[in-house]
Amino acid sequence: MNFLATIGEFFLAFFAQTGRLSVFVGQTLAAMLRPPIYFRIIGQQIIRIGYFSLPVVALTSFFTGGALAIQIYYGGNQFNSEAIVSSIVALGITRELGPVLGGLMVAGRVSAAIAAEIGTMRVTEQIDALTTLSTNPHKYLVAPRVIAATLCMPILALIADIIGIFGGFVVGTQSFGFNAAIYVQRTINFLTVDDVTSGLIKAAVFGFIIAMMGCYNGYYSKGGAQGVGRATTNAVVSASILILAANYLMTSLLFSS
Amino acid sequence: MTVKIALSDVHKSFGPKDVLRGVNLEVETGQSVVVIGGSGSGKSVMLKSILGLLTPDNGSIKIDGRETVGMARNSRADIDHQIGMLFQNGALFDSLPVWKNVAFRAIQNDGMNETDARDLAVDALKQVELGPELLDLSPASLSGGMHKRVGLARAIASKPEIIFFDEPTTGLDPIMTDVINHLIRDCVQELGATTMTITHDMTSVRAIADKTALLYKGEIIWQGSTEALEASDDPFLNQFINGLAHGPIEVEGQQLDTAPNAEAI
Repeated sequence: MNFLATIGEFFLAFFAQTGRLSVFVGQTLAAMLRPPIYFRIIGQQIIRIGYFSLPVVALTSFFTGGALAIQIYYGGNQFNSEAIVSSIVALGITRELGPVLGGLMVAGRVSAAIAAEIGTMRVTEQIDALTTLSTNPHKYLVAPRVIAATLCMPILALIADIIGIFGGFVVGTQSFGFNAAIYVQRTINFLTVDDVTSGLIKAAVFGFIIAMMGCYNGYYSKGGAQGVGRATTNAVVSASILILAANYLMTSLLFSS
Repeated sequence: MTVKIALSDVHKSFGPKDVLRGVNLEVETGQSVVVIGGSGSGKSVMLKSILGLLTPDNGSIKIDGRETVGMARNSRADIDHQIGMLFQNGALFDSLPVWKNVAFRAIQNDGMNETDARDLAVDALKQVELGPELLDLSPASLSGGMHKRVGLARAIASKPEIIFFDEPTTGLDPIMTDVINHLIRDCVQELGATTMTITHDMTSVRAIADKTALLYKGEIIWQGSTEALEASDDPFLNQFINGLAHGPIEVEGQQLDTAPNAEAI
Protein backbone atom coordinates (compact mmCIF):
# COMPACT_ATOMS: atom_id res chain seq x y z
CA MET A 1 0.00 0.00 0.00
CA ASN A 2 2.83 2.37 0.95
CA PHE A 3 4.71 1.36 -2.17
CA LEU A 4 1.70 2.21 -4.35
CA ALA A 5 1.24 5.52 -2.51
CA THR A 6 4.88 6.37 -3.16
CA ILE A 7 4.48 5.65 -6.87
CA GLY A 8 1.28 7.70 -6.92
CA GLU A 9 2.95 10.62 -5.16
CA PHE A 10 5.87 10.48 -7.59
CA PHE A 11 3.61 10.65 -10.64
CA LEU A 12 1.43 13.38 -9.14
CA ALA A 13 4.54 15.45 -8.40
CA PHE A 14 5.88 14.75 -11.90
CA PHE A 15 2.68 15.88 -13.62
CA ALA A 16 2.36 18.93 -11.35
CA GLN A 17 5.95 19.92 -12.19
CA THR A 18 5.36 19.36 -15.92
CA GLY A 19 2.20 21.45 -15.81
CA ARG A 20 3.91 24.26 -13.93
CA LEU A 21 6.83 24.22 -16.37
CA SER A 22 4.43 24.32 -19.34
CA VAL A 23 2.64 27.35 -17.88
CA PHE A 24 6.00 29.01 -17.20
CA VAL A 25 7.14 28.42 -20.80
CA GLY A 26 3.82 29.80 -22.08
CA GLN A 27 4.13 32.91 -19.92
CA THR A 28 7.71 33.41 -21.11
CA LEU A 29 6.78 33.07 -24.80
CA ALA A 30 3.98 35.60 -24.28
CA ALA A 31 6.41 37.95 -22.52
CA MET A 32 8.90 37.59 -25.40
CA LEU A 33 6.33 38.58 -27.99
CA ARG A 34 4.50 41.43 -26.23
CA PRO A 35 6.01 44.84 -25.47
CA PRO A 36 7.77 46.20 -23.55
CA ILE A 37 10.91 44.38 -24.69
CA TYR A 38 13.96 45.29 -22.61
CA PHE A 39 16.62 45.59 -25.32
CA ARG A 40 19.27 46.94 -22.94
CA ILE A 41 18.92 43.92 -20.64
CA ILE A 42 18.99 41.58 -23.66
CA GLY A 43 22.28 43.23 -24.68
CA GLN A 44 23.73 42.79 -21.19
CA GLN A 45 22.70 39.15 -21.16
CA ILE A 46 24.21 38.52 -24.62
CA ILE A 47 27.54 39.65 -23.20
CA ARG A 48 27.16 37.59 -20.02
CA ILE A 49 25.86 34.44 -21.72
CA GLY A 50 27.58 34.60 -25.10
CA TYR A 51 30.81 36.56 -24.79
CA PHE A 52 31.87 35.20 -21.42
CA SER A 53 31.17 31.61 -22.51
CA LEU A 54 33.56 31.88 -25.46
CA PRO A 55 36.71 30.64 -23.65
CA VAL A 56 35.09 27.53 -22.20
CA VAL A 57 33.38 26.63 -25.48
CA ALA A 58 36.55 27.28 -27.50
CA LEU A 59 38.76 25.15 -25.25
CA THR A 60 36.21 22.32 -25.09
CA SER A 61 35.79 22.15 -28.86
CA PHE A 62 39.52 22.42 -29.57
CA PHE A 63 40.40 19.46 -27.36
CA THR A 64 37.37 17.48 -28.53
CA GLY A 65 38.36 17.98 -32.18
CA GLY A 66 41.90 16.84 -31.37
CA ALA A 67 40.76 13.77 -29.42
CA LEU A 68 38.31 12.86 -32.17
CA ALA A 69 41.11 12.96 -34.76
CA ILE A 70 43.26 10.63 -32.61
CA GLN A 71 40.38 8.16 -32.09
CA ILE A 72 39.53 8.04 -35.81
CA TYR A 73 43.16 7.66 -36.77
CA TYR A 74 43.86 4.72 -34.44
CA GLY A 75 40.39 3.23 -34.63
CA GLY A 76 40.13 3.35 -38.44
CA ASN A 77 42.33 2.22 -41.23
CA GLN A 78 45.64 4.03 -40.62
CA PHE A 79 46.69 3.62 -44.25
CA ASN A 80 43.69 5.54 -45.57
CA SER A 81 43.31 7.79 -42.53
CA GLU A 82 44.08 11.08 -44.23
CA ALA A 83 40.84 10.78 -46.15
CA ILE A 84 38.56 9.80 -43.29
CA VAL A 85 39.99 11.75 -40.34
CA SER A 86 39.29 15.17 -41.85
CA SER A 87 35.79 14.25 -43.01
CA ILE A 88 34.65 12.49 -39.84
CA VAL A 89 36.08 15.20 -37.58
CA ALA A 90 34.20 17.83 -39.60
CA LEU A 91 31.00 15.79 -39.63
CA GLY A 92 31.16 14.84 -35.94
CA ILE A 93 31.95 18.35 -34.78
CA THR A 94 29.38 20.23 -36.86
CA ARG A 95 26.49 17.81 -36.52
CA GLU A 96 26.91 16.64 -32.92
CA LEU A 97 29.86 17.52 -30.77
CA GLY A 98 30.02 21.27 -31.42
CA PRO A 99 26.43 22.04 -30.45
CA VAL A 100 26.02 19.28 -27.83
CA LEU A 101 29.29 19.74 -25.93
CA GLY A 102 29.02 23.51 -26.30
CA GLY A 103 25.46 23.30 -25.00
CA LEU A 104 26.47 21.16 -22.03
CA MET A 105 29.35 23.47 -21.12
CA VAL A 106 27.13 26.56 -21.38
CA ALA A 107 24.44 24.73 -19.38
CA GLY A 108 26.94 24.20 -16.57
CA ARG A 109 28.06 27.79 -16.62
CA VAL A 110 24.98 29.80 -17.55
CA SER A 111 22.04 27.73 -16.26
CA ALA A 112 23.63 27.64 -12.82
CA ALA A 113 24.36 31.36 -12.83
CA ILE A 114 20.82 32.27 -13.93
CA ALA A 115 19.23 29.94 -11.35
CA ALA A 116 21.44 31.34 -8.57
CA GLU A 117 20.73 34.95 -9.52
CA ILE A 118 16.96 34.60 -9.94
CA GLY A 119 16.73 32.22 -6.98
CA THR A 120 18.45 34.76 -4.74
CA MET A 121 16.07 37.42 -6.04
CA ARG A 122 13.16 35.15 -5.15
CA VAL A 123 14.24 34.40 -1.57
CA THR A 124 15.16 38.04 -0.89
CA GLU A 125 11.73 39.20 -2.16
CA GLN A 126 13.23 41.11 -5.09
CA ILE A 127 10.84 39.37 -7.50
CA ASP A 128 7.88 40.39 -5.31
CA ALA A 129 9.31 43.92 -5.29
CA LEU A 130 9.40 43.90 -9.11
CA THR A 131 5.73 42.92 -9.21
CA THR A 132 4.70 45.63 -6.74
CA LEU A 133 6.65 48.14 -8.86
CA SER A 134 4.33 47.26 -11.77
CA THR A 135 7.03 45.32 -13.64
CA ASN A 136 6.32 41.85 -14.99
CA PRO A 137 9.16 39.53 -13.83
CA HIS A 138 8.69 37.34 -16.90
CA LYS A 139 9.33 40.31 -19.17
CA TYR A 140 12.09 41.87 -17.09
CA LEU A 141 13.99 38.80 -15.88
CA VAL A 142 13.07 35.71 -17.87
CA ALA A 143 12.43 36.85 -21.46
CA PRO A 144 15.74 38.77 -21.90
CA ARG A 145 17.77 35.78 -20.68
CA VAL A 146 15.90 33.31 -22.91
CA ILE A 147 16.19 35.58 -25.97
CA ALA A 148 19.89 36.18 -25.32
CA ALA A 149 20.70 32.48 -24.84
CA THR A 150 18.68 31.44 -27.91
CA LEU A 151 20.54 34.02 -30.04
CA CYS A 152 23.98 33.32 -28.58
CA MET A 153 24.10 29.53 -28.71
CA PRO A 154 24.13 29.18 -32.55
CA ILE A 155 26.99 31.69 -32.70
CA LEU A 156 28.86 29.81 -29.98
CA ALA A 157 28.18 26.53 -31.83
CA LEU A 158 29.55 28.00 -35.06
CA ILE A 159 32.70 29.08 -33.24
CA ALA A 160 32.88 25.62 -31.63
CA ASP A 161 32.62 24.06 -35.12
CA ILE A 162 35.49 26.14 -36.48
CA ILE A 163 37.75 25.61 -33.46
CA GLY A 164 36.85 21.90 -33.18
CA ILE A 165 37.77 21.31 -36.83
CA PHE A 166 40.92 23.31 -36.23
CA GLY A 167 41.75 21.02 -33.27
CA GLY A 168 41.47 18.00 -35.54
CA PHE A 169 43.57 19.79 -38.15
CA VAL A 170 46.34 20.54 -35.63
CA VAL A 171 46.50 16.93 -34.42
CA GLY A 172 46.24 15.55 -37.97
CA THR A 173 48.99 17.72 -39.40
CA GLN A 174 51.31 17.88 -36.39
CA SER A 175 51.00 14.36 -34.93
CA PHE A 176 50.16 12.23 -37.96
CA GLY A 177 51.94 14.22 -40.65
CA PHE A 178 48.92 14.88 -42.85
CA ASN A 179 49.29 17.41 -45.62
CA ALA A 180 47.66 20.64 -44.44
CA ALA A 181 46.29 21.72 -47.82
CA ILE A 182 44.80 18.30 -48.55
CA TYR A 183 43.26 18.16 -45.05
CA VAL A 184 41.57 21.52 -45.53
CA GLN A 185 40.45 20.68 -49.06
CA ARG A 186 38.90 17.37 -47.95
CA THR A 187 37.13 19.05 -45.06
CA ILE A 188 35.62 21.69 -47.36
CA ASN A 189 34.66 19.14 -49.99
CA PHE A 190 33.01 16.82 -47.51
CA LEU A 191 31.05 19.32 -45.44
CA THR A 192 27.62 20.42 -46.64
CA VAL A 193 25.65 23.48 -45.60
CA ASP A 194 23.04 21.17 -44.04
CA ASP A 195 25.64 19.67 -41.70
CA VAL A 196 26.38 23.10 -40.27
CA THR A 197 22.83 24.47 -40.21
CA SER A 198 21.47 21.36 -38.48
CA GLY A 199 23.98 21.95 -35.70
CA LEU A 200 23.07 25.62 -35.45
CA ILE A 201 19.33 24.83 -35.24
CA LYS A 202 20.09 22.37 -32.45
CA ALA A 203 22.20 24.99 -30.67
CA ALA A 204 19.36 27.54 -30.74
CA VAL A 205 17.04 24.99 -29.11
CA PHE A 206 19.73 24.19 -26.53
CA GLY A 207 20.08 27.89 -25.76
CA PHE A 208 16.34 28.12 -25.13
CA ILE A 209 16.50 25.07 -22.85
CA ILE A 210 19.53 26.35 -20.91
CA ALA A 211 18.01 29.74 -20.09
CA MET A 212 14.55 28.33 -19.47
CA MET A 213 15.80 25.74 -16.96
CA GLY A 214 17.90 28.34 -15.17
CA CYS A 215 15.01 30.79 -14.95
CA TYR A 216 12.38 28.20 -14.04
CA ASN A 217 14.38 26.61 -11.22
CA GLY A 218 15.48 29.99 -9.88
CA TYR A 219 11.98 31.47 -10.09
CA TYR A 220 10.43 28.70 -8.00
CA SER A 221 13.28 28.29 -5.53
CA LYS A 222 12.39 28.53 -1.86
CA GLY A 223 13.96 27.90 1.51
CA GLY A 224 16.84 30.37 1.66
CA ALA A 225 20.43 29.56 0.70
CA GLN A 226 19.80 25.81 0.65
CA GLY A 227 16.88 26.30 -1.71
CA VAL A 228 18.97 28.42 -4.06
CA GLY A 229 21.68 25.74 -4.03
CA ARG A 230 19.08 23.09 -4.87
CA ALA A 231 17.68 25.26 -7.67
CA THR A 232 21.17 25.69 -9.14
CA THR A 233 21.84 21.94 -9.14
CA ASN A 234 18.40 21.18 -10.60
CA ALA A 235 18.91 23.78 -13.32
CA VAL A 236 22.18 22.23 -14.51
CA VAL A 237 20.95 18.64 -14.27
CA SER A 238 17.60 19.29 -15.99
CA ALA A 239 19.18 21.46 -18.70
CA SER A 240 21.82 18.79 -19.43
CA ILE A 241 19.29 15.95 -19.62
CA LEU A 242 16.92 17.97 -21.78
CA ILE A 243 19.75 18.96 -24.12
CA LEU A 244 20.69 15.31 -24.66
CA ALA A 245 17.05 14.26 -25.09
CA ALA A 246 16.31 17.15 -27.46
CA ASN A 247 19.48 16.31 -29.41
CA TYR A 248 18.31 12.74 -29.94
CA LEU A 249 14.87 13.93 -30.98
CA MET A 250 16.15 16.56 -33.39
CA THR A 251 18.76 14.22 -34.87
CA SER A 252 15.97 11.72 -35.57
CA LEU A 253 13.82 14.41 -37.17
CA LEU A 254 16.55 16.18 -39.15
CA PHE A 255 18.41 13.17 -40.50
CA SER A 256 15.77 10.47 -40.84
CA SER A 257 14.20 12.44 -43.68
CA MET B 1 -13.89 58.98 5.93
CA THR B 2 -14.08 56.59 2.97
CA VAL B 3 -12.76 53.06 3.14
CA LYS B 4 -9.56 52.67 1.11
CA ILE B 5 -8.85 48.98 1.73
CA ALA B 6 -11.46 46.46 2.84
CA LEU B 7 -10.82 42.81 3.62
CA SER B 8 -13.84 40.63 4.13
CA ASP B 9 -13.76 36.99 5.24
CA VAL B 10 -10.36 36.35 3.58
CA HIS B 11 -9.20 32.75 3.72
CA LYS B 12 -5.91 31.29 2.55
CA SER B 13 -4.54 27.79 3.06
CA PHE B 14 -1.29 26.12 2.05
CA GLY B 15 -2.05 22.41 1.79
CA PRO B 16 -3.61 21.34 5.08
CA LYS B 17 -2.47 24.50 6.90
CA ASP B 18 -5.08 27.25 7.22
CA VAL B 19 -3.08 30.48 7.45
CA LEU B 20 -5.87 33.03 7.04
CA ARG B 21 -9.21 31.95 8.51
CA GLY B 22 -11.63 34.76 7.75
CA VAL B 23 -9.80 38.07 8.05
CA ASN B 24 -12.04 41.15 8.27
CA LEU B 25 -10.37 44.56 8.31
CA GLU B 26 -11.07 48.04 6.99
CA VAL B 27 -8.53 50.80 6.44
CA GLU B 28 -9.87 54.31 5.96
CA THR B 29 -8.35 56.85 3.60
CA GLY B 30 -5.36 58.57 5.20
CA GLN B 31 -5.34 56.18 8.13
CA SER B 32 -2.24 54.42 9.45
CA VAL B 33 -3.18 50.88 10.43
CA VAL B 34 -0.70 48.57 12.12
CA VAL B 35 -1.33 44.83 12.14
CA ILE B 36 0.47 43.07 14.97
CA GLY B 37 0.79 39.39 15.61
CA GLY B 38 3.33 36.73 16.43
CA SER B 39 5.45 34.82 13.97
CA GLY B 40 3.31 32.54 11.81
CA SER B 41 0.07 34.37 12.59
CA GLY B 42 -0.51 35.14 8.88
CA LYS B 43 0.57 38.80 8.71
CA SER B 44 2.79 38.43 5.64
CA VAL B 45 0.26 36.21 3.85
CA MET B 46 -2.42 38.85 4.47
CA LEU B 47 -0.16 41.58 3.10
CA LYS B 48 0.82 39.54 0.05
CA SER B 49 -2.86 38.79 -0.59
CA ILE B 50 -3.66 42.53 -0.61
CA LEU B 51 -0.71 43.15 -2.95
CA GLY B 52 -1.95 40.43 -5.30
CA LEU B 53 1.20 38.35 -4.82
CA LEU B 54 -0.96 35.56 -3.38
CA THR B 55 -4.54 34.72 -4.33
CA PRO B 56 -6.92 34.11 -1.42
CA ASP B 57 -8.99 30.92 -1.48
CA ASN B 58 -12.11 32.78 -0.40
CA GLY B 59 -13.24 36.23 0.58
CA SER B 60 -12.99 39.72 -0.80
CA ILE B 61 -10.25 42.35 -0.89
CA LYS B 62 -11.36 45.75 -2.18
CA ILE B 63 -9.09 48.71 -2.88
CA ASP B 64 -10.97 51.96 -3.56
CA GLY B 65 -14.11 49.85 -3.79
CA ARG B 66 -12.71 47.65 -6.58
CA GLU B 67 -12.59 43.93 -6.02
CA THR B 68 -9.01 42.70 -6.51
CA VAL B 69 -9.42 38.98 -5.77
CA GLY B 70 -9.27 37.10 -9.04
CA MET B 71 -8.21 40.22 -10.93
CA ALA B 72 -5.49 39.57 -13.55
CA ARG B 73 -2.17 41.34 -12.97
CA ASN B 74 -2.58 43.42 -16.13
CA SER B 75 -6.04 44.57 -15.03
CA ARG B 76 -4.80 45.88 -11.69
CA ALA B 77 -1.98 47.98 -13.19
CA ASP B 78 -3.66 51.24 -12.16
CA ILE B 79 -4.12 49.92 -8.61
CA ASP B 80 -0.48 48.77 -8.44
CA HIS B 81 0.62 52.18 -9.64
CA GLN B 82 -0.83 53.85 -6.54
CA ILE B 83 0.85 51.39 -4.14
CA GLY B 84 4.28 51.65 -2.53
CA MET B 85 5.84 48.84 -0.54
CA LEU B 86 8.74 48.62 1.90
CA PHE B 87 9.85 45.02 2.18
CA GLN B 88 11.27 43.54 5.36
CA ASN B 89 14.85 43.44 4.11
CA GLY B 90 14.47 46.27 1.64
CA ALA B 91 14.41 43.94 -1.40
CA LEU B 92 16.64 46.35 -3.29
CA PHE B 93 17.80 45.10 -6.69
CA ASP B 94 21.44 44.02 -6.30
CA SER B 95 22.22 44.57 -9.96
CA LEU B 96 21.23 48.26 -9.93
CA PRO B 97 22.81 51.24 -8.17
CA VAL B 98 20.85 53.05 -5.47
CA TRP B 99 19.45 55.77 -7.77
CA LYS B 100 18.09 53.23 -10.26
CA ASN B 101 16.49 51.33 -7.40
CA VAL B 102 14.79 54.44 -6.06
CA ALA B 103 13.60 55.64 -9.47
CA PHE B 104 12.87 52.12 -10.78
CA ARG B 105 9.15 52.61 -11.35
CA ALA B 106 9.62 55.98 -13.04
CA ILE B 107 12.31 54.59 -15.38
CA GLN B 108 10.57 51.31 -16.26
CA ASN B 109 6.94 52.36 -16.36
CA ASP B 110 6.93 56.07 -17.10
CA GLY B 111 9.97 56.02 -19.41
CA MET B 112 11.66 58.79 -17.42
CA ASN B 113 15.08 59.80 -18.76
CA GLU B 114 18.20 59.24 -16.66
CA THR B 115 18.73 62.88 -15.69
CA ASP B 116 15.20 63.31 -14.36
CA ALA B 117 15.36 59.88 -12.70
CA ARG B 118 18.54 60.86 -10.82
CA ASP B 119 16.85 64.09 -9.68
CA LEU B 120 13.84 62.09 -8.53
CA ALA B 121 16.14 59.74 -6.59
CA VAL B 122 17.94 62.69 -4.98
CA ASP B 123 14.60 64.14 -3.81
CA ALA B 124 13.34 60.80 -2.48
CA LEU B 125 16.62 60.12 -0.66
CA LYS B 126 16.46 63.60 0.85
CA GLN B 127 13.03 62.76 2.28
CA VAL B 128 14.58 59.84 4.15
CA GLU B 129 17.52 62.00 5.23
CA LEU B 130 20.10 60.44 2.92
CA GLY B 131 22.49 62.42 0.76
CA PRO B 132 23.28 62.23 -2.98
CA GLU B 133 26.65 60.58 -2.25
CA LEU B 134 24.74 57.27 -2.07
CA LEU B 135 23.33 57.51 -5.59
CA ASP B 136 25.92 55.39 -7.37
CA LEU B 137 26.55 52.89 -4.60
CA SER B 138 25.52 49.27 -4.90
CA PRO B 139 22.86 48.08 -2.40
CA ALA B 140 25.38 45.48 -1.21
CA SER B 141 27.57 48.25 0.22
CA LEU B 142 24.80 49.75 2.39
CA SER B 143 24.28 49.12 6.11
CA GLY B 144 21.01 47.61 7.39
CA GLY B 145 19.58 50.99 8.36
CA MET B 146 20.53 52.57 5.04
CA HIS B 147 19.03 49.60 3.23
CA LYS B 148 15.69 50.26 4.94
CA ARG B 149 15.87 53.97 4.23
CA VAL B 150 16.65 53.44 0.54
CA GLY B 151 13.77 50.94 0.45
CA LEU B 152 11.55 53.60 2.02
CA ALA B 153 12.76 56.15 -0.53
CA ARG B 154 11.81 53.72 -3.33
CA ALA B 155 8.39 53.15 -1.73
CA ILE B 156 7.58 56.87 -1.58
CA ALA B 157 9.37 58.03 -4.76
CA SER B 158 6.28 57.68 -6.94
CA LYS B 159 4.11 59.46 -4.32
CA PRO B 160 1.73 56.52 -3.85
CA GLU B 161 -1.69 56.79 -2.24
CA ILE B 162 -1.20 53.55 -0.30
CA ILE B 163 2.03 52.39 1.33
CA PHE B 164 2.63 48.99 2.93
CA PHE B 165 5.41 48.38 5.42
CA ASP B 166 6.52 44.83 6.16
CA GLU B 167 8.36 44.69 9.49
CA PRO B 168 10.05 48.07 8.88
CA THR B 169 12.18 48.01 12.03
CA THR B 170 13.08 44.34 12.33
CA GLY B 171 16.81 43.82 12.84
CA LEU B 172 17.58 47.48 13.57
CA ASP B 173 19.09 48.96 16.71
CA PRO B 174 16.79 51.07 18.96
CA ILE B 175 18.08 54.39 17.61
CA MET B 176 17.67 53.37 13.97
CA THR B 177 14.24 51.95 14.86
CA ASP B 178 13.22 55.38 16.13
CA VAL B 179 14.68 57.05 13.03
CA ILE B 180 12.71 54.74 10.71
CA ASN B 181 9.49 55.19 12.71
CA HIS B 182 9.79 58.97 12.49
CA LEU B 183 10.63 58.84 8.80
CA ILE B 184 7.58 56.69 8.15
CA ARG B 185 5.37 59.07 10.14
CA ASP B 186 6.80 62.17 8.41
CA CYS B 187 6.70 60.75 4.89
CA VAL B 188 3.17 59.47 5.33
CA GLN B 189 1.95 62.80 6.71
CA GLU B 190 3.65 64.69 3.90
CA LEU B 191 2.12 62.44 1.23
CA GLY B 192 -1.24 62.08 2.96
CA ALA B 193 -1.03 58.37 2.18
CA THR B 194 -3.02 55.49 3.59
CA THR B 195 -0.68 52.98 5.20
CA MET B 196 -0.71 49.45 6.51
CA THR B 197 2.21 48.21 8.55
CA ILE B 198 2.76 44.70 9.81
CA THR B 199 5.08 44.34 12.75
CA HIS B 200 5.58 42.81 16.16
CA ASP B 201 7.53 45.82 17.39
CA MET B 202 5.37 47.70 19.91
CA THR B 203 7.61 50.80 19.67
CA SER B 204 6.58 51.08 16.02
CA VAL B 205 2.94 50.57 16.91
CA ARG B 206 2.97 53.44 19.40
CA ALA B 207 4.91 55.67 17.01
CA ILE B 208 2.97 55.22 13.78
CA ALA B 209 -0.45 53.65 14.39
CA ASP B 210 -3.83 55.39 14.21
CA LYS B 211 -5.47 52.01 14.48
CA THR B 212 -4.07 48.64 15.55
CA ALA B 213 -5.32 45.16 14.72
CA LEU B 214 -4.15 41.94 16.36
CA LEU B 215 -3.93 38.95 14.04
CA TYR B 216 -3.89 35.59 15.75
CA LYS B 217 -4.19 32.20 14.05
CA GLY B 218 -5.37 33.79 10.85
CA GLU B 219 -8.10 35.99 12.32
CA ILE B 220 -8.26 39.58 13.51
CA ILE B 221 -9.18 39.04 17.15
CA TRP B 222 -8.93 42.67 18.30
CA GLN B 223 -8.84 46.07 16.62
CA GLY B 224 -9.03 49.60 17.89
CA SER B 225 -7.28 52.94 18.32
CA THR B 226 -3.87 53.32 19.95
CA GLU B 227 -5.57 54.73 23.08
CA ALA B 228 -7.90 51.73 23.22
CA LEU B 229 -4.88 49.47 22.81
CA GLU B 230 -3.28 50.78 25.99
CA ALA B 231 -6.56 50.69 27.93
CA SER B 232 -7.71 47.26 26.75
CA ASP B 233 -8.00 44.34 29.17
CA ASP B 234 -8.10 41.81 26.34
CA PRO B 235 -5.90 38.92 27.57
CA PHE B 236 -4.49 38.13 24.11
CA LEU B 237 -3.65 41.78 23.47
CA ASN B 238 -2.16 42.26 26.91
CA GLN B 239 0.03 39.21 26.54
CA PHE B 240 1.26 40.39 23.18
CA ILE B 241 1.92 44.07 23.92
CA ASN B 242 3.60 43.26 27.21
CA GLY B 243 5.63 40.44 25.70
CA LEU B 244 4.55 37.84 28.27
CA ALA B 245 5.57 34.23 27.86
CA HIS B 246 2.45 33.02 29.66
CA GLY B 247 -1.09 33.69 28.51
CA PRO B 248 -3.69 32.51 26.02
CA ILE B 249 -1.47 32.91 22.94
CA GLU B 250 0.04 29.64 21.78
CA VAL B 251 3.70 30.00 20.88
CA GLU B 252 5.01 27.90 17.99
CA GLY B 253 2.12 25.46 18.31
CA GLN B 254 2.67 24.98 22.03
CA GLN B 255 0.26 26.55 24.52
CA LEU B 256 2.33 27.97 27.36
CA ASP B 257 -0.61 28.67 29.59
CA THR B 258 -4.36 28.51 29.30
CA ALA B 259 -5.65 31.72 30.72
CA PRO B 260 -9.01 31.31 32.45
CA ASN B 261 -10.58 34.18 30.53
CA ALA B 262 -9.43 32.99 27.09
CA GLU B 263 -12.98 31.93 26.27
CA ALA B 264 -14.11 35.54 26.58
CA ILE B 265 -12.56 36.35 23.18
